[in-house]
Amino acid sequence: MHEWALAESVIKTAVEHSGLKKLKKLKEAGVVFGELQAIDKEIFIFALDGLRGEHPAAKDCRFKVTVEPAVFRCKACAKEFPLKGLKKTKDEAEFIHFVPEMAHTFLKCPRCKSPDFEITAGRGVGLSYIKGSK
Amino acid sequence: MNIDPRPSVISERLSGVGRVIAVTGWKGGIGKSVTASALALLLARKGFKTGLFDLDFAGASSHLILGARGLFPKEEKGLEPPLIAGVKYMSVVFFSENKAVPLRGANVSDAIIELLAITQWGELDFLVLDMPPGINDAALDIMRFIPRAEVLAVTTPSVIARDVLDRSLALYRRLKLPVLGVIENMSPSRSPRAGRIRPDPALEKAMGRPAALLKTEFARDLDRCVSSIFGKM
Repeated sequence: MHEWALAESVIKTAVEHSGLKKLKKLKEAGVVFGELQAIDKEIFIFALDGLRGEHPAAKDCRFKVTVEPAVFRCKACAKEFPLKGLKKTKDEAEFIHFVPEMAHTFLKCPRCKSPDFEITAGRGVGLSYIKGSK
Repeated sequence: MNIDPRPSVISERLSGVGRVIAVTGWKGGIGKSVTASALALLLARKGFKTGLFDLDFAGASSHLILGARGLFPKEEKGLEPPLIAGVKYMSVVFFSENKAVPLRGANVSDAIIELLAITQWGELDFLVLDMPPGINDAALDIMRFIPRAEVLAVTTPSVIARDVLDRSLALYRRLKLPVLGVIENMSPSRSPRAGRIRPDPALEKAMGRPAALLKTEFARDLDRCVSSIFGKM
């Protein structure tokens, strides 16, 4: 249930931003899961449902989840590469799930083998939009 | 719109923490990690609920000082740090399998925000931060996310370390960061004096053994520093 902590940050941020936009009720919020962090959608949504009670403005909000593919760019040789095809053990995948930056410890550029790459997309959890009524 | 939601919960994660002590020192190899680890052990021995967070990702070493082997945080609405010698302990080594963590500045910042957002410290009297050397992403992030953190600066008798220390203290003053005090490690002073820790040849043998570490002259000197800095505890 590590997802609970991130779900709490999403619902709190959505409610805070609804306040900034002077929305009384949140109807929909876009949540982006970075492929790298491999968040469990079912657990995340379960956690969000459990948190609604503490955030009345988000009581009826629909959280629409999309997954953003992970893309890396090597700082050493400039190659762009996806997550698919990069080798990692089950434990390493779990560590990256908790702290995505561990990718630099366990993954490497498929061309030059450097760990010095940039995560240009698909890192972790983000909030992409909110919709609501005034 | 692309918002990072994680910062919104950081203050909540630390809401049960009384005081946050950032053990800093801008030079490497001056004893910050041993000081931070021993400080956490001393505070726990005095009966305070204490946590230790190793923020030196590149040079994480507090796990070696504490002998933290075979531990992993518990997943419970985030991550609950495991207890070692009465201290709640969090470090990047739990996730790196003790391998190198080659991170650029922005990655360090992201990893710190992630750990601050998901770590459930619960109720603590003290959270001790083992800071990396220098003024960098970790230090700036702590100033940003935990502005109430109090600085405990470590230095050595070296003129170089002292000069760097003076620059750091000037910056902390300018930023209005509370500075608890300065500890001079490896002090040539023969008699124990407040704020000074004398070289202790037995310290190395106590590495990885918290009970033995607390019996060293280093820990006794640090205890004197703690009493002079925090008052009678």
